Amino acid sequence: MTKLRDIAVPLVAFAAALGAWEAIIAWKAIPPYILPAPSAIFAKLVEDRDLLFSSLLVTLGVTLKALVIATISGVALALLLAQSKWLERALLPFAIILQVTPIIAIAPLLLVYMQPENAVLVCAFLVAFFPILSNTALGLASVDHALRDLFDLYRASAWQKLIYLRLPAALPQFLAGLRIGGGLSLIGAIVAELAAGASGQGTGLAYRIVEAGFRLDIPRMFAALALISLTGLAIYGALAALSHYLLRGWHESARERGE
Amino acid sequence: MTDALLSLHAVSKTFPNGVTALSGLNLEVRAGETLTLLGSSGCGKSTVLRLIAGLSTPTVGAITWADPRARNNIGVVFQEPTLLPWASVADNVYLPLRLTGLTRDGAQARVLEALSRVGLMEFATALPRELSGGMKMRCAIARALVTEPSLILMDEPFAALDEPTRFKLNDDLVALKNDLRATIVFVTHSVFESAFLSTRILVMSKPRGRIVDEIEIDPDVRRDADFRTSQRFSDICRRASQALRLATGEPAAREFA
Repeated sequence: MTKLRDIAVPLVAFAAALGAWEAIIAWKAIPPYILPAPSAIFAKLVEDRDLLFSSLLVTLGVTLKALVIATISGVALALLLAQSKWLERALLPFAIILQVTPIIAIAPLLLVYMQPENAVLVCAFLVAFFPILSNTALGLASVDHALRDLFDLYRASAWQKLIYLRLPAALPQFLAGLRIGGGLSLIGAIVAELAAGASGQGTGLAYRIVEAGFRLDIPRMFAALALISLTGLAIYGALAALSHYLLRGWHESARERGE
Repeated sequence: MTDALLSLHAVSKTFPNGVTALSGLNLEVRAGETLTLLGSSGCGKSTVLRLIAGLSTPTVGAITWADPRARNNIGVVFQEPTLLPWASVADNVYLPLRLTGLTRDGAQARVLEALSRVGLMEFATALPRELSGGMKMRCAIARALVTEPSLILMDEPFAALDEPTRFKLNDDLVALKNDLRATIVFVTHSVFESAFLSTRILVMSKPRGRIVDEIEIDPDVRRDADFRTSQRFSDICRRASQALRLATGEPAAREFA
């Protein structure tokens, strides 16, 4: 009953919105170069599938590569920071400056120094890196005091404390950081592709939007946009499922609500 | 008279924030006894446990052990169950042995024995969140027992439990104690709990953990339902309550002065 409501209601609402959009286009006879109907966008998606899907693979590849690098380096740096307060004080300002500077302002500069493909990767990495770092660092630092006492009592080594206590305790926060980082790395990749687009080198989905815009091919712009949205949804869904699987049973965030 | 397992000599503890929890405390824990530190919150009784456990060091004074090896094998049951939420009941009990380098297979017999002592055999694979408050505490007790310590420290372990559960766990603890022959130092603010479990009660008072009364209870007396309703039990309770009231300086205490 609950399941049905949770799945059916959002689907019906979404379908109704698409239906209304389709109806208004037909009713007002709005031409596709002003605003295409959902059916026209879908038709375009099928028509341009080779072009759009190869672009999708490029964007998705960059996003995932950046996310993997951000995860490895974010966790590694968080572990390093957890070892020493000095190191934390010294390195944190850099991380914060990178975080608060809008990535769109950094992208053109990166394009000066790097090949466009690399600049796109670095952009996506930079935005995904910080939430993973800060969440993991927070998780490593916020271990229950009584549990620390327990490990001290049994004279656990620093390594044992890390493996049996701090890493598992940090897992929920790390996964929250990963979910944020996953969404942001897609944004970073798209932003960098847009910035690089002017130099005509990109083949990712964002570049397809820019290119279709130049040609006033509005349905293709929408089709590429829809693919980007779906990619974002897929990344979020995959990471949420991973998080649920890993925390299943023991962490509040993964427990069934209600009843 | 039994031998001292450990002694605190003129121990003082001042925390970095300037609060003095203990000042010049002398205390002896005798081998095989169940010693209860009874006192209201903030009287420094938990600090005594932390000092004995080695989780904290005295600012002044010293703690001496009759057998220095004993200090490396202490079981502690904290106020909260403090279980690893991601690990099963059996893995939580296995933890102390795992930290000494024992493999899971090598530890299995001892883990199962500790679980059966507290009646959690059927819940070996359950996660802590699937357990009731009393069962979580049993799991924490099994974890404290699994290294077969000669000294077990318990810091108000049953304070958060409802009364029937607390009585049941008190009974089980008495049975365990008779089985294990370990020394127990038990911290509580419950007069009834201290009278039921202990062979000796030290009543502590604020400030700075002065010991205001010492009550010896015959270790051979049977701790059962009859004991709970006996004249002797209520005498012990009355004396402990009076000492506690005098210590906290409540107006009611004047009637007894």
